[in-house]
Amino acid sequence: MNNTADVIIIGGGVNGCAAAYYLAKRGVRDVIVLEAAKSIGHGGSSRNGGGVRQSGRDVRELPYAMYGIQYMWPTLSEELGVDVEYTQKGNLRMGKTEEHIKKLQTLASNARAVGLDVKMIDKKEVKEICPYLSDEVIGASWCPTDGHANPLTTTLGYYKRALELGVRFFTEASVKELKKVKGKIRKVILADGTVFEGETVILAAGYESRAIARTVGIDIPMMRLIDEALVTEMQPPMTDVMFGCATADFYGHQTVHGSFVFGSDSGWEPTDEMIDPSNNCVDPSKLITNAFTLSASCRAIQDYIPALTDAKIVRSWCGWLDESFDGVPFLGPVDEVPGLILACGFTGHGFGTAPSVGLMLSQMVVGEPTVVDISALSYNRFLPVR
Amino acid sequence: MFDIQEKLKEIGPYIEEADDDLLVCRCEEVTKGEIRRALHQGIFTIEEMRRYLRSGMGLCQGQTCGKLVKGIIAKELHVSPVDVYPASSRAPMRPTEMRILAEDGGVCHE
Ligand SMILES: Cc1cc2nc3c(=O)[nH]c(=O)nc-3n(C[C@H](O)[C@H](O)[C@H](O)COP(=O)(O)OP(=O)(O)OC[C@H]3O[C@@H](n4cnc5c(N)ncnc54)[C@H](O)[C@@H]3O)c2cc1C
Repeated sequence: MNNTADVIIIGGGVNGCAAAYYLAKRGVRDVIVLEAAKSIGHGGSSRNGGGVRQSGRDVRELPYAMYGIQYMWPTLSEELGVDVEYTQKGNLRMGKTEEHIKKLQTLASNARAVGLDVKMIDKKEVKEICPYLSDEVIGASWCPTDGHANPLTTTLGYYKRALELGVRFFTEASVKELKKVKGKIRKVILADGTVFEGETVILAAGYESRAIARTVGIDIPMMRLIDEALVTEMQPPMTDVMFGCATADFYGHQTVHGSFVFGSDSGWEPTDEMIDPSNNCVDPSKLITNAFTLSASCRAIQDYIPALTDAKIVRSWCGWLDESFDGVPFLGPVDEVPGLILACGFTGHGFGTAPSVGLMLSQMVVGEPTVVDISALSYNRFLPVR
Repeated sequence: MFDIQEKLKEIGPYIEEADDDLLVCRCEEVTKGEIRRALHQGIFTIEEMRRYLRSGMGLCQGQTCGKLVKGIIAKELHVSPVDVYPASSRAPMRPTEMRILAEDGGVCHE
C-alpha cells in the first residue's frame, strides 16, 4: 500500500471531506483522509442541527459564513450529485419578554453594523412568518438570508464526490502523533503504528485535534462540550424557517422529509472528565444522552411551538462540540510547523460554514490567498502581545 | 484500518439485479437497489446508510428492515453479516409524544 500523498487530512467530518473535495476539484488528487471511526461523519458533522446561519456569528467568521451562503450553498446539491436540502427561508430568533427583545436588538444591530440584513419584527409579523407559534412570543429578530440544510447528506455528499475524484479514505485510522522531518511536517502516525507521509497535513479532527497538535508542540486552546438533538415523526408541511430563541433554549427546523429536528441542552450534560476521554469519539456507546435533556428540550420547544405538543419524538442523540476559548475556530497554517494547517474549534457552528472552510483549506494548500481574509482566526491569537 | 478505495475496487461496479425494486425499508420507502447502489458509492456502514438514504430512520427505527439491510450490505461487501456493525439504539424506545416526554417533574411554565 502506498502511504504517501501530497496532502493528508486528519478527520473525516464535514470540514475534512469538504477540504478533500475542493482539493480534488482543483486537481490536487493525491489526497488521503484518515478517519478514526468506522463511519465517515461519525462526529458532530452528522449530529448537528443543520443550521446554515450568519446571524449570531462573530465578525471574524461572518465574511466566510456569508461567502458560502452567497456563492456555494445554492448550487451544492448539483455539484455533489446528492440532495443537501439547502433551504434559505430565514432565521427567526424569538423572544417572550422585554429582556429577550433587548438582547435580540443588540444582536441585530451588531449584525447590521457588519453588513448583514437582520431586523426586529413584531408579534404580528412573527405570526405571518409562522402561524404555529405561541402567543407568548412578542417579537423576534429576522435574518431572511439564513437557512438550513441536511448535514447527513452534505457530509456524505462531499465524501462521495471526493471518492469519485480519486481521494483515498481510510476509516478506523486513529491518528496518534505527528512528526516533523527537517523542520517540516511529514509523518502522521496511527495508534496501531502505521505511518503515513505527506507534504501538507490538515488537522480537522474536532476536539481531538488538540491532543494531536500537542505532539508537535502546539497547544490549541479548546475544550469539549456535549450538545443534544431530537427528531419528531413526519409532520405536514408547517414551516421552512430556522428557529431559535433569545435564551438559546433550543433551535431547529422542519426538514424536507417532514420531521422536525431540534437541538438543545439542559445545562446538566456530563463534561469531558466524566467520560473516558481516550476513546469516547470512536465508541458511540460512550456518547450517552442525558435523562434531563430530552425532557427539558420538549418543554422549551412546546412552549414556543404549541402545535408540536402531540408530535411524537422518534429519536434523540448527542454530539461533541469542539469549543474554542473565544468562540471562533482555529483556521490556518502553523508557523512553527511548516506544512501543518489547522481547521478545528468550530464551537457548535461549523456545519454551515463547511463549504467555504473547505474551499479556503484547499487554497491554503496550494498557497493561494483565501477568498476572504481569515488571519484573525490564527491559532496564535492568544499569544501575549510583545 | 480500512481502505475504502481498495474495497470499492474489490467489489467492482454496481450491476443491476432483478429484484432491485424490492422495498426494504417500508417506513422510508428505500429499495434494495438504492442500498446496493449506495454501497458502490462508498457508503459501507449501517450508520452511513441510515444517514444517506434514511433506511431504518422512520417510525420503527429499523426494527423491521435492520436485518435485511445488514444482509444486503454483507453480501455486497463480501463479508459475514456478523461483521456488519449494528446501528445504535436511541431513546425514546418507542415514539413518544412531546408533552409526555416533557413531564419529568420539571415545571412547564415559570
Ligand atoms: C447537537 C449539535 C448541534 C449542532 N448544530 C449546528 C448547527 O445547527 N449549525 C452548525 O453550523 N453547526 C452545528 N453544530 C456544530 C457542527 O456539527 C460542527 O461544528 C461541525 O460538524 C464540525 O465539523 P468537523 O468536520 O470540523 O468536525 P467533526 O464532525 O467532529 O469531525 C472530526 C472527525 O475527526 C475524527 N477524529 C477524531 N479524532 C481522530 C483521530 N485521532 N484520528 C483520526 N480521526 C479522528 C472524528 O471521528 C470525526 O469524524 C452542532 C453540533 C452538535 C453536536
